[in-house]
Amino acid sequence: MTKHHIQTTLNGDEIDVLVEPTQSLLDVLRDELHMTGTKEGCATGDCGACSVTIDGNLVCSCLVLGVEAGGRNIETIEGMADGDQLHPLQEKFIEHVALQCGICTPGLLIAAKHLLEENPDPTEEEVRYGLAGNLCRCTGYQKVVEAVLDAAQVMQK
Amino acid sequence: MQNLRYEAPETLADATALLAAEDGMARVLAGGTDVIVQMHSDLIEPDLIVDIKNIPELTEITKEGGAYRFGAAVSGKTLMLHEDFNKTWPGVMDGVRLIGSLQIRGRASVGGNLCNASPAADSVPPMIAAGAVASVAGPAGTRDVPVEDIVTGPGQTCLDKGEIVVSFLLPERPPRSGDAYLRFTPRTEMDIAVVGAGVNLTLDDDGACTAARVALAAVAPTPLLVAEAADALIGTKVDETALEALAAAASAACSPIDDKRGTVEYRIKVAGVLARRAAAIALERAGKNQ
Repeated sequence: MTKHHIQTTLNGDEIDVLVEPTQSLLDVLRDELHMTGTKEGCATGDCGACSVTIDGNLVCSCLVLGVEAGGRNIETIEGMADGDQLHPLQEKFIEHVALQCGICTPGLLIAAKHLLEENPDPTEEEVRYGLAGNLCRCTGYQKVVEAVLDAAQVMQK
Repeated sequence: MQNLRYEAPETLADATALLAAEDGMARVLAGGTDVIVQMHSDLIEPDLIVDIKNIPELTEITKEGGAYRFGAAVSGKTLMLHEDFNKTWPGVMDGVRLIGSLQIRGRASVGGNLCNASPAADSVPPMIAAGAVASVAGPAGTRDVPVEDIVTGPGQTCLDKGEIVVSFLLPERPPRSGDAYLRFTPRTEMDIAVVGAGVNLTLDDDGACTAARVALAAVAPTPLLVAEAADALIGTKVDETALEALAAAASAACSPIDDKRGTVEYRIKVAGVLARRAAAIALERAGKNQ
């Protein structure tokens, strides 16, 4: 299979990677770039574990082909903290213990960050709808919603 | 898929030529939220993927006189961010907002929702109700096809080899027009319609209905345009009697299947209920839209 040479921006860094046309962006992130923070849950766009943003647009990376990613600006969970300084959402997820096994957590954090960028002061209902594309099989959503609402308050100060 | 080729042409002519020349399985890629799922699930093994998102006609939202034209590959999210389009066609947007999650709507397009040809596609009934016409390009040129004529069966469309849906034209809106789409699902998000109903209507100065279109989803092998249901509204003030007649006509048009989402009897009943409720919302919107 012919490989395609892709140049793109990942978490602010210019990168070059060779991708096969069958590989999803998720495959490229994990298998070619070894950035395994983005998780694979269902691989069919139902669970949101693989959420990333492309040019600021929230998508499931399992439903994007790697070859489509050329010339884009991709942000993954690896780009969320600033060095050792966690993002307020990450801090609040820890504080509220908004996770158990952690597989859904990177996707939830990316989706929550996107949500708060579009709507800095959401209601509980808006948070629940905003995160409806992210499934968690262990903890339930209560603590996640509490963490996001709490982070929203902190981030507005 | 060992020899899958990916092409991202920049013109319609190149896209249709690539699709027409492919001897193996070719698939058009817009948002990929159906095609890539089918590839991952080994339901299809395409030899050629033609990504149409680099073609301007597929990704633009423009005004033609008072009418809106939007590209078949425009994402749901892009439509959601278009304030005037949302104001003009709230019922179409009811359907678009129900497709998948935010992540899915970030990629999924109305053109893909239509061409995937599911009887349960949420954006299709309100597009049919809106009177949307698809512009279809192929090796032999372009043709206009009403949206209700595109889907011919589950997973089947009237598109010939090499043809793609380029854009949709939604007619200019007269004053006092309103549209709405409702679907029934057990969950509020991330679910597939048990039944969907779209209604689009226009009132005169006295509040009488002068034009209406009613479309249903998930109650037949294809999305349905139900002329009898629209006729039940036209010439009335969309009162209780008219809504009863609309519901009866909508139910009578159904030929659904039994499956895990609902029985035949249930779908027939719910189609009438939803059509009636959608008509009430369309009526309210038309009243506000002087």
